[in-house]
Amino acid sequence: MGDIIFLLVLLGLTFLTGTFIEKRHFENIKKREIALIKRPIINFGAKTWHTNRKIKKVELVTGEVVISGDYFKNFVASLKNIFGGRLTTFESILDRGRREALLRMREKARGANFIINARIESVMLNETYNAQESVPQCAIIAYGTAITYE
Amino acid sequence: MILTNIESVPGMTITAQYGLVTGSTVRAKNAIKDFGAGLKNMVGGELKSYTELLTEARKEAVSRMELQAMKMGANAVINVRFATSSVTVGAAEVYAYGTAVKVAPKG
Repeated sequence: MGDIIFLLVLLGLTFLTGTFIEKRHFENIKKREIALIKRPIINFGAKTWHTNRKIKKVELVTGEVVISGDYFKNFVASLKNIFGGRLTTFESILDRGRREALLRMREKARGANFIINARIESVMLNETYNAQESVPQCAIIAYGTAITYE
Repeated sequence: MILTNIESVPGMTITAQYGLVTGSTVRAKNAIKDFGAGLKNMVGGELKSYTELLTEARKEAVSRMELQAMKMGANAVINVRFATSSVTVGAAEVYAYGTAVKVAPKG
């Protein structure tokens, strides 16, 4: 009995904190995305650019983030895993992480005109060890080449 | 040292190629920070200490790659790629690789 109560309290608590943190994070991401909406222009995959202007600076820019789910999300996902279908609780974690990493990369290249060939690389930090027990931690690196005109 | 992740350096021409250069690093945080991250793991959100770890690891890997390129006499590394893997809990491997080249300004 005590175990069940403890589990319920833990689930309730992590649900509240997780939802609160996620909401705040999404608001923060949205605000920063709006602020960076047009500069620098980001281009996935393109390796060339068409201009005759002189190039002042070329550099590799990166942005990295490690994001984790919470206990509640993990619990819901492990239940859903039985029946299959979309694991929406994990989708939002990955979405947040990728957007955050991209934003960090773009913030580092604030003065640049273009970021070309942007790539996103991700790895689960603790998936390999008792995946049933642990909450996923996802490390994401976004990188690209920033080009600044004279 | 100029780094790009495309096949050329914009505004410059490649005069010599030296081949593959790599840099890799596996880093871990101390147990106290691991414990803190474990707690943060329950409530959710970004794990700042691990982000820091990843940034350090990335810088280290890139600087090792640059050193190798410098020893070859290159002044740029093109086609840089990052690969990450998880070695054990609380540790991250970052592997950076690219082609070392010598570039000169166009014209």
